[in-house]
Amino acid sequence: MTTAVFLIPLLPFLGFALTIFFGRRMPGNVGAAPAIATASISSVLSFATLFYVISGRAVDVSYPWFATGDYLVSIGVTADPLGALMLVVVSVVGLLVEIYSVGYMHGDTRFSRYFAYISLFVFSMYGLVLANSFFLLFIFWELVGICSYLLIGFWFEKKSAADAGKKAFITNRVGDFGFLIGVLMLASAAGTFQFKEVFHAAGSGQFTPAFLTVATIFLFGGAIGKSAQFPLHVWLPDAMEGPTPISALIHAATMVAAGVYMVARCFPLFSASPEASLVVATIGGITAIMAATIACTQFDIKRVLAYSTLSQLGYMMLGLGCGGYVAGMFHLMTHAFFKALLFLAAGSVIHAIHEQDIRQMGGLSKYMKVTSLTFLAACLAIAGVPPFSGFWSKDEILVAVRQSGNTTLYVLAVAGAALTAFYMFRLYFIVFAGGEKKKAHESPAVMSVPLAVLGVLAVCAGWVGLPWMKTNIVSFLTGSQAHGAVGAAVQAVHGATAQLQAHAGAAAQGVAGAVGEGAHAAHHGPDYAVMATSLLVVGAGILLAYATYMKGWVSREAFSKRLPLLYKLLYNKYYVDEIYQALIIGPLVKLTRGLSGFDLAVIDGAVNGTASVTVILSRAKRWFDLYVIDGLVNGVAWLTQLFGRVGRRVQSGYVQQYALMILIGFGAILIVKFLR
Amino acid sequence: MELPVLSLVTFIPLVGAIVVLLMSSENEKAVKATSTVFSGISFVFSVVLMVAYNRAIPDFQFVERASWIPQINVWYYVGVDGISITMVFLTALLSFMSVIGSFGIKDRVKQYFALFLLLQTAMTGVFVALDFFLFYVFWEAMLVPMYFLIGIWGGPRREYAAIKFFLYTLLGSVAILLAILAMYFSTTPHTFDIVELGKTHPFAPGLQMILFLALFLGFAIKVPVFPFHTWLPDAHVEAPTAISVILAGVLLKMGTYGIFRISYPILPDAARDFAPFLAVLAVINIVYGALVAMGQKDLKKLVAYSSVSHMGYVLLGLAAMTPTAMNGAMLQMFAHGIITGSLFLLVGVIYDRAHHRDIDGFGGLAVQLPIYTGIMSLACFASLGLPGLAGFIAEFMTFVGAFPVFKTIVMISAVGIVITAGYFLWTLQRMFLGKPQEKYAGFPDLSARELVTLVPLQVLTVFIGVYPWLIIDFMNSSMESLSHFLRGV
Repeated sequence: MTTAVFLIPLLPFLGFALTIFFGRRMPGNVGAAPAIATASISSVLSFATLFYVISGRAVDVSYPWFATGDYLVSIGVTADPLGALMLVVVSVVGLLVEIYSVGYMHGDTRFSRYFAYISLFVFSMYGLVLANSFFLLFIFWELVGICSYLLIGFWFEKKSAADAGKKAFITNRVGDFGFLIGVLMLASAAGTFQFKEVFHAAGSGQFTPAFLTVATIFLFGGAIGKSAQFPLHVWLPDAMEGPTPISALIHAATMVAAGVYMVARCFPLFSASPEASLVVATIGGITAIMAATIACTQFDIKRVLAYSTLSQLGYMMLGLGCGGYVAGMFHLMTHAFFKALLFLAAGSVIHAIHEQDIRQMGGLSKYMKVTSLTFLAACLAIAGVPPFSGFWSKDEILVAVRQSGNTTLYVLAVAGAALTAFYMFRLYFIVFAGGEKKKAHESPAVMSVPLAVLGVLAVCAGWVGLPWMKTNIVSFLTGSQAHGAVGAAVQAVHGATAQLQAHAGAAAQGVAGAVGEGAHAAHHGPDYAVMATSLLVVGAGILLAYATYMKGWVSREAFSKRLPLLYKLLYNKYYVDEIYQALIIGPLVKLTRGLSGFDLAVIDGAVNGTASVTVILSRAKRWFDLYVIDGLVNGVAWLTQLFGRVGRRVQSGYVQQYALMILIGFGAILIVKFLR
Repeated sequence: MELPVLSLVTFIPLVGAIVVLLMSSENEKAVKATSTVFSGISFVFSVVLMVAYNRAIPDFQFVERASWIPQINVWYYVGVDGISITMVFLTALLSFMSVIGSFGIKDRVKQYFALFLLLQTAMTGVFVALDFFLFYVFWEAMLVPMYFLIGIWGGPRREYAAIKFFLYTLLGSVAILLAILAMYFSTTPHTFDIVELGKTHPFAPGLQMILFLALFLGFAIKVPVFPFHTWLPDAHVEAPTAISVILAGVLLKMGTYGIFRISYPILPDAARDFAPFLAVLAVINIVYGALVAMGQKDLKKLVAYSSVSHMGYVLLGLAAMTPTAMNGAMLQMFAHGIITGSLFLLVGVIYDRAHHRDIDGFGGLAVQLPIYTGIMSLACFASLGLPGLAGFIAEFMTFVGAFPVFKTIVMISAVGIVITAGYFLWTLQRMFLGKPQEKYAGFPDLSARELVTLVPLQVLTVFIGVYPWLIIDFMNSSMESLSHFLRGV
């Protein structure tokens, strides 16, 4: 089984390597073959792993990678219930997106390059899911980031696409800064990167509560970036510049899911710090409601979906922050299916009418049966209508929030649910119902079949979490990390150090305790009060959308006319981008220009100044030397010469002159004598 | 008799220089071929060195020792340990690549290659010398060929840059010379033996600090440490491509190598006192260098300032003195050598075609030059610390090792990774993304010769990123023993 688990990420990497080096020689759709073939095998292996884990076993192995000082860094994989669930989500969505892309990207000049990147993306995400240490997690965390950069900016001839890719990566790097600090804090305090040992250290009280809070909040910084939480959410709506299947992938199974997954993976740390959990829940709540309000006002079909993703990710964080370990992961799974479906269906619409503005759409259900039906299923799922999948997972989150006793957050969550129902059906009614504006055609089977598969999942995926069942996702996931760690004790045959193995058993109990405690809240029967509330607000939201966009009982412009300021604020996404541009990016660019000027003028100026001063000094010395010192020397010579020249006149060699001089001399003596 | 591998690695290029000088200057092809062969043989011997080196022990290996000037106790004394062996290999590798990368030189080919080979001998000599006198001879011998290589084959402001480089470095050399003499005269019997001094470290703390500062001035200029860094952008920009590669890849490493080899073992007390100050300089280098790099419009200057920033990580690792941090620093020296070396080669490639280096003047090149774009992107990703590539492991290890010692400084330094990502991605966008431009249509993509110089460096970058033990294994035991010695563990 260990080999199989290792193959899950390695196969897509092989697909990447083949396609990147030989893709340009592959004609037509053959460029997609390595990617899809490897992804298919990985999917089968992922399901095999899931069943292996369901049977109560787990994979957790580590091989030494390199040693440095006191650290022994290892490469390893862990497949526990949490990881196995995530593997299946990634593989299903990833494979369907790849198949769909064959149709969507048909004829693109960089067709094979696209599939190379997507394979690398899937590889990175698998690696992230299977990582069993902070070191590996960070590595794949960054690789996922670079893949999203490459794919969001895939159509780089468009400036907006190139900008969006860059923005995604840099915004994520800001979050990664926090993640890095968190990892450094934990690793240096625990002396290891291995999850098990770090969690064990946390569970056994090796860290002070304050330290744990600070470290986990730093860690969460990474999740804020990856999962596009406020205030680092700005990259995700722009990321729709990438090809639409990539949006589906990013929004559903890879990239943004990574942040939520990381928080779930580190749940023993978060649950040990109430303050950090509150931060997670609050950020999640803010994001959920903020994004939902924005989504109500947007006209770009992909942008509406992008904000709905933000909002749903906020929900997951909210759930995790309130101790809803299962709730967060459950919603991550159902969301992955219906959000992938929404984007792929939107892609099908865009593919058909080459238009993204919903004001130009209408009545499409007549032409696009599969697309509109599956889109409707996804809308019902995300809005939270029973028995569609989203209802069950959202219900878990609402229950968790309610049980946390934080009324503000509960109100936020319920309001978010109402808004979600409203904006999703606003979208559905405008695009698929009503009068037709453009003729369209259904997409080819290679695109509509993945839609249908996801449609089924959007309906049914939530049934694994029916609260009336004894054995469901709750029992599966909460048994989870205990399985993982116990399995480790058995399987860590190749374990890096003997010490590592010795810890494993003890770690198992500590971690299981921590998770069990956090997950305790999730072990409950159905909470009918919450269900009723949720049904009520969802119904109200759908009804309002129906009244406004189907029947016209409420004017579509009512909001923008009655509350123009609020509308403008929402329509412009709370001006967050503008604020960042004015307060951070603009000043930073100025600062860099200023500093390079400073470097040239002041630092280098000082160097050149020193040189110039030396030159001036040496010139002055030269002058002094030339005119004063050498002047003295020459002056002496000149005087001597002068005397010589005068004296020379005397020595003329003419006898008459000598006689005259004798005469003058004689006369002079006489005069002197006479005058006395 | 055992083969004197170290002497061979060091002096084969010198033999090559003499052979080249004896050849006719008409026959440029023969000159290039001869240079390649001699540099190549030196490289092969450096590989032999790596293979035969015993990585488990931190002691000096391949030691050769012979009396040279007995009257003043000067020895021909060479050897390698974990600090120097990777640098010897890096020097041989980058020199070999640079010789091939220099085939485009058209002017005074014979002189160029003769000087280059002379430079290679001097550089290798610095890394293998274990006698101060010998060390200083090599250290100074580097200057002269470098001066001419920049001053004759450089860009428009070559004379200014060459003189600046020469004088600046000479200033540092004088300080080093004074320190060496002071050490010589304050030991009895007078000795130039670096190994011996490192074992006995016989100087009083006060004298240590003076010696440390004098040496540091010399080394800091080479690294370069802020504010002694301004010779670097000028020298890099004006130097011909291959010389920029050598400057960034090898010469900058001599500063930090000097601290590892001389300052730390011989002056441990001063080193401990100076470490916090060094850490502050490190963070200035990292953040300031990155910010200034972001503000550059000339591609070569941008890469030059990125070197200032990246060498800051080496200083940070040095300052922290933990084994992991110092491993990170050593690995960063190696990684920076191959990554920035390839970046300068790549800058040369585009300059040869476009005859300018204005980042904003490019655009859309990804369509016209796909292979070039791929390799340039890989090198930029490596430089910004993408996992899976060599730079990441080095930076990460430095952070991990330094964090327990300097928490705040590491946190500020980590801001550097955000800025670095910013300027590299911005550069990639301005050069390669966007609409292709008419004026760059028909540019040929990388030639076979360019690929020969670039691909090995890329392969090594990826390989070290995936399997860093390849390099760390060489340095780990030396770093552990140095760290234990410094921290008195």
